[in-house]
This record gives sequence, structure tokens and C-alpha cells, in this order.
Amino acid sequence: MKCQKCGQKASVDLRRHNTAFCAVHYLEFFERQVQRTIERWRMFTPQDRILVAVSGGKDSLTLWEVLLRLGYRPTGLHIHLGIGAYSDLSQAKTEAFARSRGLSLLVVNLEEAYGLGVPQLAKALRRVPCSGCGLSKRYITNRVALENGFTVVATGHNLDDEAATLLGNLLHWQTDALARQSPVLEADHPRLVKRVKPLFLMTEKETVSYALLRRIDYIPDECPYAQGARSLLYKDALNQIELHSPGSKQQLVAGFLERLRPLLAQADRQTVGECQRCGQPTTGVVCAFCRMWDQALKRIPVTVRPSDTLSPQAVGPSQAL
Amino acid sequence: MPTPLGRQCETMKVIIRNPRRQELEVHGRRRVADLLRELGLNPESHVVIRGDDLLTSDEWLQETDTVEVVSAISGGQG
Ligand code: SF4
Ligand SMILES: [Zn+2]
Ligand SMILES: [Zn+2]
Repeated sequence: MKCQKCGQKASVDLRRHNTAFCAVHYLEFFERQVQRTIERWRMFTPQDRILVAVSGGKDSLTLWEVLLRLGYRPTGLHIHLGIGAYSDLSQAKTEAFARSRGLSLLVVNLEEAYGLGVPQLAKALRRVPCSGCGLSKRYITNRVALENGFTVVATGHNLDDEAATLLGNLLHWQTDALARQSPVLEADHPRLVKRVKPLFLMTEKETVSYALLRRIDYIPDECPYAQGARSLLYKDALNQIELHSPGSKQQLVAGFLERLRPLLAQADRQTVGECQRCGQPTTGVVCAFCRMWDQALKRIPVTVRPSDTLSPQAVGPSQAL
Repeated sequence: MPTPLGRQCETMKVIIRNPRRQELEVHGRRRVADLLRELGLNPESHVVIRGDDLLTSDEWLQETDTVEVVSAISGGQG
């Protein structure tokens, strides 16, 4: 196969676009696609203060790298989840990446801030680790962004993530989750920070190809709790379909956003108030995050009390803006 | 072991990171797409690397090659 741009031997073939590129032109293509997504979906501009949620995995580090190369000045936020050696290595990889590029990084340690890491939290809640983990990540990224003056939170979700989540939500007819599934969630409350997913049109394979070609040193291991996760089953099924019908994943996600989501979002208009406990936005009286910790701490009491403000630890240069 | 022709019998070394590391050897040259098919791996979710190069599915692999197959998929609920 030859590169569509220069005719040299290709490194990456993109069946869904019916094209192939050499390493240099692939990197260029990838960055241009992300830039186009950011603009088309009005995610942010160079004037925004961007907080990138970085786990140390290929998606989030790729996102950080691409945003830098596109001329944005994002700060990283890493959350140490307390999942043994996996979390330690994730933080080490994230810090090494930030250090090698002179980037500012904020770190929050879940266990230090709230008293329990993801494994103990799951045990206390008697729920799968991913549920408490996902909620904690969303809550903490929003709070850190809000309390530190960021105007937008960017996460590394890719097309495979979005398609798998969509399939899961459809299979279970989770209409509220469907109404909220979007690459751009506007801040519809003063205490909510806008959330965006600039990689949502890039497949997981395209993202890993970018990370490998840019020699990004990401954590290759999976979170031990990812094993057997439903999302893997859905991704696998979707990639079977993609193999026989290239472009299917994008069709699924783009079609949903264009045709179905606007209808659902209209029906789902809920009034957002503030959590009595922590002040974060919620549709209830006490937010889901506070309710979760109430429940967990009833079973496993700890001495740490959630503080009024989260003070993430800063690693590397602080951002002057 | 010497072959009947007295030549060293070469095998292609395949390292799979799925993400757990696994190593195996295969005989005979073949294309990337064929290797993945034989291993039962979906080309939509795997990248094949030789040295510093990423390889397209039509690329020929030789018996003297060492290649790495990297799974692109990660699970969990971001
Ligand atoms: S797999 Fe689940 S527990 Fe592990 S980091 Fe992802 S969401 Fe958290
Ligand atoms: Zn080229
Ligand atoms: Zn609350």
C-alpha cells in the first residue's frame, strides 16, 4: 500500500476512509482530524483554559500531545484511583510524560482526599468498581476544573468508547444516559464545567497508531477491573461489524448524535440545582457522589472527611495565564 | 535443527501484547492480514509492528522477522 499523499510505503491503512498514509502523513492527518472535530463541534478555542483528564493510557496521553501540537495550552489532571500497582504505574507514566514536555499537571489521590480507593469503595458499595470509579472521575474533574478556573474539561474518549457506550445504552434502553451522551456537554449550570471529547471520531486503532508513531510512553497494562467489562464485549462486537462494513462505528455514533439525541435531549430537560452537601450541581437534593460516599462510609468508616475544596498537588511548572 | 538442505530453519517470532505478553513462532512468510487471521485477531483492533514501523495489512512478513502485535482495545468505563 502507498501513502495517498507522497506515494511512499504506507504505515497505516484506513479502510473506513479508503486511504493509507506513511508515518509522517498519518500524524498530520490525525492532528488535522482532531482540529476539525474541535472546530466543528465548537469544543474550545486557544483562549480557553483546558483541563485534560489524563490516566496515563494511550488515549489521554495522545489527546494531551495532540492538543499541544495544535497550539493549545492544556493542563493535565491525573487521579490516583488507589488500584494497587496499576495506579502507581499510571501516575508514574503520566508524570514522566508531563516532565519530558515541561507541562503542568495536577494530581488528586482518591484515597487521600476521600478515605477510600476504588477497590475499597467498590467493596463498601457492593457494586462493580467501574461504577464508583466512573462517578468519582467525573465529579473530581469537574470540581478541580471549577475551583481552579478552567473553562473546559477534555477527556480522551475515542470512537470505540463512544460506540460501545451507545450500544450498551441502547441495549438497556437507558434513555437518560442516551440523552446525555454527547461529545460536547455544555455547562448548563454555573458550577458545571463544559466537557468535551476531541478524539470521539478517531478509532481506538487510529489512536494507538498515533501513540506508537509519536513514541508516547503510555501504560500498556489494563486496569485489572477492565477484564470482563461489558464494554469489551460491545467493542468486540462492533469491530466484527466494522471488519465487514468499514465505517459502521462512525455511522452509528454520528447518526445517533444527528437524529436521535436531539429528540431525547429535548424530552430530558431537568432542572439542575445544587447539592446541599457539596454545592455541586445535581438534579436531586444531595448529589450522586455525596450519596455514594455516605453509603460507602457507613460500611467502612474512615477518618478523612471530604473537604470543602479539593487541593490537587501540582507537579511541574504551574500554568501562567 | 538443520533442514534437508542443510540450512538453518528460520521461524518468524511473533510477540503479542493483548495486553498480556505472549510469544510464539510461526513458519513461512505471509502477509500481515493472514497472520492476524491465523491468530484469530481482528485487524480492526490490532496493530502490527516490525522494528519501528507500523505495517499495513498487505505487508509481507519474512521468516527472519520479529513482529509485535499490539491490541488497541482497552476496557472499563472511562
Ligand atoms: S476499568 Fe473501571 S475501575 Fe478500572 S479505571 Fe476504568 S472505570 Fe475505573
Ligand atoms: Zn506520505
Ligand atoms: Zn454533593
